[in-house]
Amino acid sequence: MKHIKTLNEKRLQNTVVYGGCGECRTSCQSACKTSCTVGNQHCENPARR
Amino acid sequence: MIHQYKNNGYDIVLDVNSGAIHEVDDPTYDMISEYEGTPKETVISDICRKYPKETKEDIEEAYDEITQLKDEKALFTPDPYKDRVIDYTKRPTVVKAMCLNVAHACNLSCKYCFADEGLYFGRKAELMSFEVGKKAFDFLIAHSGNRRNLEVDFFGGEPTLNWEVVKQLVAYGRGQEKKYDKHFRFTFTTNGILLNDEIMDFANKEMDNVVMSIDGRREVHDHMRPFHNGDPTWDVIVPKYQKFCAEREALGKEYYVRGTYTRYNLDFAKDVLALADLGFKEISIEPVVAPPEADYSLREEDIPTLCEQYDILAREMIKRHGTDKDFNFYHFMIDLEGGPCVYKRLSGCGSGTEYVSITPDGSIFPCHQFVGKPDFKLGDVDSGIVRDDIVTDFKGCNVYSRPKCRDCFAKYYCSGGCSANSYNFTGHIRDVYEIGCALERKRIECAIMIKAACAEKDAKSASKENEKTA
Repeated sequence: MKHIKTLNEKRLQNTVVYGGCGECRTSCQSACKTSCTVGNQHCENPARR
Repeated sequence: MIHQYKNNGYDIVLDVNSGAIHEVDDPTYDMISEYEGTPKETVISDICRKYPKETKEDIEEAYDEITQLKDEKALFTPDPYKDRVIDYTKRPTVVKAMCLNVAHACNLSCKYCFADEGLYFGRKAELMSFEVGKKAFDFLIAHSGNRRNLEVDFFGGEPTLNWEVVKQLVAYGRGQEKKYDKHFRFTFTTNGILLNDEIMDFANKEMDNVVMSIDGRREVHDHMRPFHNGDPTWDVIVPKYQKFCAEREALGKEYYVRGTYTRYNLDFAKDVLALADLGFKEISIEPVVAPPEADYSLREEDIPTLCEQYDILAREMIKRHGTDKDFNFYHFMIDLEGGPCVYKRLSGCGSGTEYVSITPDGSIFPCHQFVGKPDFKLGDVDSGIVRDDIVTDFKGCNVYSRPKCRDCFAKYYCSGGCSANSYNFTGHIRDVYEIGCALERKRIECAIMIKAACAEKDAKSASKENEKTA
């Protein structure tokens, strides 16, 4: 595309099928103890990645 | 639902429901604002008028690109999750993460501490016994179902004040892994005062992540994080942290230096950069969460200044990208391709359901921020969870159960925010902490812009390399 550059291929709606395994890390266990930051956690479901 | 913004010369469009992120040119940016609900001819003629130097063909081409993305469900994507979330929140949950407060005692008097500057409201210092810790591990294993990866954060107070018990509990956990087909990920959070070679060696072997508390510049840190007698601590911890971090980098092990900014350092970008200049590569600095009457608490009028600081930091990070001064800022990290699934994004941190905090006497609370609030005590390590009503309440927390989140573009990045912050400021766990929300939205905007800018910088470097080799 000439006018629009899409920065990511991933679509959230596709994760409905594979998501919810819960193997990913809890956000407050990393470096976040006073604010909820979930968007930077990594998916750890090998079936989905 | 879309969110559009301009930052540092980039025009960004976020398609909230699909998570697709687009960088666009100026006419396309304006066209997207007008696209929904306006006839094509009107949109084209409006944009032609506003951008007389663009050809009509070009503008029509941009319009067709927007339409194509809409058809591909990457722009103006309707919400497909609303109905599913109700079933998801009714799911049986397991406990997978535990914040273990091994010491309700501290050797510092940090002014923003949620435990009365480390003095625990005049109560006697409490250290968790191995027996209680062991029961906490047993509780976690028993309630973890089929979940294999289990997380334990040794927290406090200051966990190094009870280091022998930490070591015993790590050994106990490792001993249970094979038996129950579990894998423990251990973390510990420290103020650094008691760090020594023995602790560092043990942590390098056993801890997946170490969080080291430091607030940035010497004067900022020493003002907020002194010893009980007021003596400064920055010089005590920095050389230890530098050694520890270098060791962990060499081993490929995770760490963060983590601090808190307050009203006393509204220019906190300088603190992040001071930490980067000390050689730390993984940095997290978070806004203080404090009652409005505290002199160091952040106020609504501080938001523009704080947002500007995030912009300054973002621009500096782009400048340093690809150089040996490069570093990560935790709250700008965003995984555009491998990030969490929508269920995680809807349900959030899991406090009170998948994540609990256990105190030295074995009491169970929904998370470290609810510790000490009697109304939120879920049970204890002997009886297990006895307040299912509280668990059900937390289980129902998601972006749809918080009315203020429904129309927010950031909802799939913060998952509705921190329930403890919401409770502390509004008295309800399903509300939001507005100052925190404003800052979270800004961080997400910066994080996305940084991705665009760094991708452009990488492409330029690659093209230069190609020219050299050609």
